[in-house]
Amino acid sequence: MPRARYRMFSALAALFAVMVLSTPSLAALKVQRVTSPGGIKAWLAEEHALPMIVMNFAFRGGAKLDPPGRLGLANLAASTIDEGAGEMDSQAFQTRLEELAIQLGFQADQDAFHGRMKTLTQNRAEAFRLLKLALGAPRFDEEPVARIKAQILAGLRADEEDPQTIASKAWFAAAFPDHPYGRPDKGEADQVKQISASDLRQFIKSQFTRDRLVITVAGDIGAKELGRLLDEAFGGLPEGSGAAPSAPVAPQVDQNILIEREIPQTVIMFGLPGMLRKDPDFIPAYVMNYILGGGGFSSRLTTEIREKRGLAYSVYSYLMPLEQSGLFVGGVATQNERAGETVRLLRQELKRLRDKGVTGKELEDAKTYLTGSFPLRFDSNAKIAAQLNGLQLEDLDADYLERRNDLIRAVTREDVNRVARRLLNVENLLVVSVGQPAG
Amino acid sequence: MAGGEQHCKRFGLTAILLAVLQFAVAGALSARPWVEPESFTLKNGMKVIVLPDRRAPVVTHMVWYKAGAADEPPGKSGIAHFLEHLMFKGTEKIPPGEFSKIVARLGGNDNAFTSYDYTAYFQRVALDKLPQVMEMEAGRMEHLRLTDAVVLPERDVILEERNSRIDNNPESLFSEQMEAAQYLSHPYGRPVIGWRHEMQQLTSADALAYYRRYYGPDNAVLIVAGDIDAESLRPLAEKYYGVIAPRGIPAHVRPLEPPQLAARRLQMQDPRVALPAWRRTFLAPSYNRREGGDPEALEVLSQIVGGGSTSRLYRALVVEKAIASAVSASYHGFARDYGQFGLHAIPRSGQSLSALETEIDALLADVLKNGVTAEEVARAKTQLVAAAVYAQDSQQTMAQIFGEVLMSGRSIEDVVAWPDRIAQVTPERVAEAARHVFKPERSVTGTLLKAEKN
Repeated sequence: MPRARYRMFSALAALFAVMVLSTPSLAALKVQRVTSPGGIKAWLAEEHALPMIVMNFAFRGGAKLDPPGRLGLANLAASTIDEGAGEMDSQAFQTRLEELAIQLGFQADQDAFHGRMKTLTQNRAEAFRLLKLALGAPRFDEEPVARIKAQILAGLRADEEDPQTIASKAWFAAAFPDHPYGRPDKGEADQVKQISASDLRQFIKSQFTRDRLVITVAGDIGAKELGRLLDEAFGGLPEGSGAAPSAPVAPQVDQNILIEREIPQTVIMFGLPGMLRKDPDFIPAYVMNYILGGGGFSSRLTTEIREKRGLAYSVYSYLMPLEQSGLFVGGVATQNERAGETVRLLRQELKRLRDKGVTGKELEDAKTYLTGSFPLRFDSNAKIAAQLNGLQLEDLDADYLERRNDLIRAVTREDVNRVARRLLNVENLLVVSVGQPAG
Repeated sequence: MAGGEQHCKRFGLTAILLAVLQFAVAGALSARPWVEPESFTLKNGMKVIVLPDRRAPVVTHMVWYKAGAADEPPGKSGIAHFLEHLMFKGTEKIPPGEFSKIVARLGGNDNAFTSYDYTAYFQRVALDKLPQVMEMEAGRMEHLRLTDAVVLPERDVILEERNSRIDNNPESLFSEQMEAAQYLSHPYGRPVIGWRHEMQQLTSADALAYYRRYYGPDNAVLIVAGDIDAESLRPLAEKYYGVIAPRGIPAHVRPLEPPQLAARRLQMQDPRVALPAWRRTFLAPSYNRREGGDPEALEVLSQIVGGGSTSRLYRALVVEKAIASAVSASYHGFARDYGQFGLHAIPRSGQSLSALETEIDALLADVLKNGVTAEEVARAKTQLVAAAVYAQDSQQTMAQIFGEVLMSGRSIEDVVAWPDRIAQVTPERVAEAARHVFKPERSVTGTLLKAEKN
């Protein structure tokens, strides 16, 4: 049982963009830009201390492109492309992975289709070959597709009783009534049932294209050999015609939604418009959020709601810069009897920050933490690959690693107070409560 | 998937368990040990383990106390975990609520976790900040200060934690009932977080009594993983921890289980159940008290029976008969007293729990009668060995593994030798381990169903 902040992630929260950044103490981390003989580009963090390789990659697009009537297509594809490919049926393919301890994993969120591969160095050639088969020649046989669908339907059924997921789904549905962000990225049961093998084939053909692809590799491999293996895994993919330009969409807020459930604790999700990752005020907003609700025990929300009053085990907020919409969201869970009191306190804290701003001490503490803790995100191959690939998805260059801490240090009180006034329009809060709240 | 701000600090029991169940070792592949820990012991009895990892200029600093929920006095369930929370509430030098804020100002992350056999505290910081966090951690080993003004709101916090983890979730309530049914006498049957009615009565005095009994250097292990070696750490360890007087820790005396003579069955119904579930647990030997059992073979057995999508349970119930949507097996052996072997299944829509149980019984009977194949054993061992290499990618995971094993009563050498011991497992030993554990009269079987509302 940890004492601290554990945060509930909605499927969308997993998108929460990466603030990958840098500091002089990251000097040891050298990022190479690799271009394969066939023209596939990747970032490489070479590290030979352990006999293993991690690769993270993503195709931009994601569940928001699921066609009407086929919600859940990207999610189903993510769970079926490794269930048989090429000459191997599902059990043969999975057995091959296990025999060599190669880990392949795929996951679709609203804005991208993500893949991750982990292998022992000695099995790298076979790992890249199996990945090539999964991406280029998945079989979508009847048995595994039916089996995975049954698992997804079971998961959707479980979601219907999970207070966190209920709150999250309702929040996004209310915020985005006319945009795919308002739809559940794992789909809806009646539509998942309708998805055919032909839909899945169409999906990989249209979405697994080189123009949407970003790749990061960390571990025991050099640039030259990686180039050859990148061509093996990705070289056969079509070029693609470019992702459709995406117009920003504003969330619809200023709503209070109550979903009654017979549970002892009310689960609350709240939020407002935030900002896109490319917004010039994103870094000041990030610092502001650290002070408000992003900084665990250092945050105002935790101090007021948990530490002083014992109202909750976990209370937090974060920025969620989706590709087409910037959000500021947060959550808290408290006994039904004190739910009203808790929401009033939340509103009061947002208002206090907007109207009175932050202190110089709070800003200095935030900067010290955010810059000093940065290297903790880069102490393993798995973390490095995930962080750097997130950076690529946000259209940031690798030199951002060198600039990041300076950007944080340059933030002034005026910057933070300006973004607080811009973002924290507490009168417009969109609040979803699940439970039997009182007060 | 994408990196994301690291804002999820969660070390639930499951995560810890997985970290340990999945670790294994490169030593099986080469003559060199898979991991080369350094260690020494301070004069006051505090053991120190150093796990060098020079890839990044950061360290993970952990202090593990050999005291957990299974050491609580009767009627005080949850006090070990409550004390864990209260350890952040100040000392002579650090005001209430400041501990984590100071760590944050050092650019570090901190947290703590409690289980049955231990309570552990950690900070992750840049190497040059290590002395400061050591000083703070050493300070709260002997100078904890508690007042009702901070203790009472924190009791509400742990009650909300119980709401979030357990009471809002029928699957968690079911697990709690299963565990309680597994143990007639041993405290592993009580929830780590505590029973609500007992948590509501916990006081500062209860917390301090537990603290004074169990928190001291002679009952603690210091583990530092990352950009450091024993030579550099030793003077720091002596300076900060070496000066603390030993507590004089009483021997661990816990009530033991009587022989289980009757299979136990539970049926739980709750209107909030989304998916019916079936579970079975068997009391199993731990690494620490082998009791004629074979923990290494049980690791391999759990992998073969329910460790992945080519396991026997998955193939039979999910793929071929298509009556389950999920199945799994698990073995937890790094416990001071008892291990546990578990089976879990969720039926496909429209399938009954009794049909699942019939098939699982048949599958276990087949293992007992015919054993397992050499090919299955080889594949399971490969998985375990590779998992060890992968575990080494994270200094935090490595510190976690050593901590968990040491707290279970085993030694550094047991961690180092583990892969070789796994590599020696044979199909015959797996079959024998199955016969030792899969005894109906030693099982607890539970079903979780949706209650229809009146």
